[in-house]
Amino acid sequence: MPTFFENKQLVTPGELLAEGDYLAGTNTYAEDNKIYASRIGLADCDNKRVNVVALKAFYYPKIGDVVIGTVIEVGFNGWTVDIKSPYTALLRASDVLSRPFKPQNDELSQVLNGGDLIVAKIASYDRAHDPQLTVGEPGLGKITRGQIMKVTPSKIPRVIGRKGSMISTIKQETGCQIILGLNGVILVTGKTLEDEDLAMAAIKKIEEESHTSGLTDRITKFLKEEKAKREENKNE
Amino acid sequence: MNEKPEKLIDKKGCRLDGRKADELRPIKIEVGILSNADGSAYIEHGKNKILAAAFGPREMHPKHLSLPDRMVLRCRYHMAPFSVQERKSPAPSRREIELSKVIRESLEPSVFVEYYPRTGVDVFIEVLQADGGTRCAAITAASLALADAGIPMRDLVVACAAGKVDDTVVLDLFDTEDKVGTADVPVAFMPNLNAVTLLQMDGNLAPEEFEKALNMAIEGCRKIYEMQKEALKTKYMLVKQEEEVEE
Repeated sequence: MPTFFENKQLVTPGELLAEGDYLAGTNTYAEDNKIYASRIGLADCDNKRVNVVALKAFYYPKIGDVVIGTVIEVGFNGWTVDIKSPYTALLRASDVLSRPFKPQNDELSQVLNGGDLIVAKIASYDRAHDPQLTVGEPGLGKITRGQIMKVTPSKIPRVIGRKGSMISTIKQETGCQIILGLNGVILVTGKTLEDEDLAMAAIKKIEEESHTSGLTDRITKFLKEEKAKREENKNE
Repeated sequence: MNEKPEKLIDKKGCRLDGRKADELRPIKIEVGILSNADGSAYIEHGKNKILAAAFGPREMHPKHLSLPDRMVLRCRYHMAPFSVQERKSPAPSRREIELSKVIRESLEPSVFVEYYPRTGVDVFIEVLQADGGTRCAAITAASLALADAGIPMRDLVVACAAGKVDDTVVLDLFDTEDKVGTADVPVAFMPNLNAVTLLQMDGNLAPEEFEKALNMAIEGCRKIYEMQKEALKTKYMLVKQEEEVEE
């Protein structure tokens, strides 16, 4: 029952990963007791479960995920929202308004209009129905300030870091508020534009170097150096 | 080149472009060169130059074409007006519509269409320069574009043709051999699963000759497959190497 890869080896779709008593994890599939990769990514084996960490993927909705989306259309009793996934999401009017929704009294485009960005949670989703969003929790709703950036969704866990170590480092060093949409959209809000730019540069760096070890330390160093540089420029 | 050559294979067994009977044309593949597409690939297969771009999975438009239980794969094979010697009308011809269908059907078995119901994936194939065997090169590039878009796949699909010219079975026919020769057998293949996804034959072959051509084409596919994997890895390897230098 061998495996046919080294840890963190780059594999392509269709590559044979293991044979025999193994389980197919993420981005893999099993056929005839053999496990193959189904996406380009880095293979690893965790207690008989073979996984591939995808280097390129798109967001697949899951109930309970916090996502950042763009309103694309105002409908009769809700909005359609682009959440950068194969399916467009729906946000119901009765969920946004705290009172019952009456079409004759409420003008939906005054609450949210096309092009508005929202932070929302996925309330329901299954194969047969498009995902439904909810904004009825603290921290969710329309975005009024800050900057948006996009990364490959499969890299969001790396931006968070082990037990949130990476993201809290960036928050601490830059003083920015950061909301990570699991669909790969990130909202950065800081006191000044420079703070936001610094946080975004750090996240960009994480995305580019996501599969190396000791990244948290390097990001801390990077942030401190950049901050010092910017101080110097100011003083000159 | 417009004149019909008398002999396609000389006394030494060399073909018009100097190749041996079982030799491939030089191939160059690049992945991820179009930033507006979700995935893309470019292939130079001899004198063929082909671009492939993949979009999706995304909501299907028009909506009534979507299927409730699976993803729909759409393909558009198109030849640029300047891709051949005589200007080709940019409107889709009978041949292009047929090739679109054939390419779609050869890619479909490799994609996990049942994972994303009600969605659609679009593959656009643009032939910039044609020199025989474009459908095969197009399949090779399109499959890479799909993999680059992050769409889950069983295997990469790779294609190669074999045929018969001057009573000899040869690999990877180019334009003149294709037109003047006796037969052409394009084959698309998934090497890891050992499955043929496209098999056509144009012309006449004896059963033994057909078998020989098929095996030859599959052998060619295996060779291209290695280049295909290499091209895909190169795009994602670049990031990795930069880091190693830094550390």
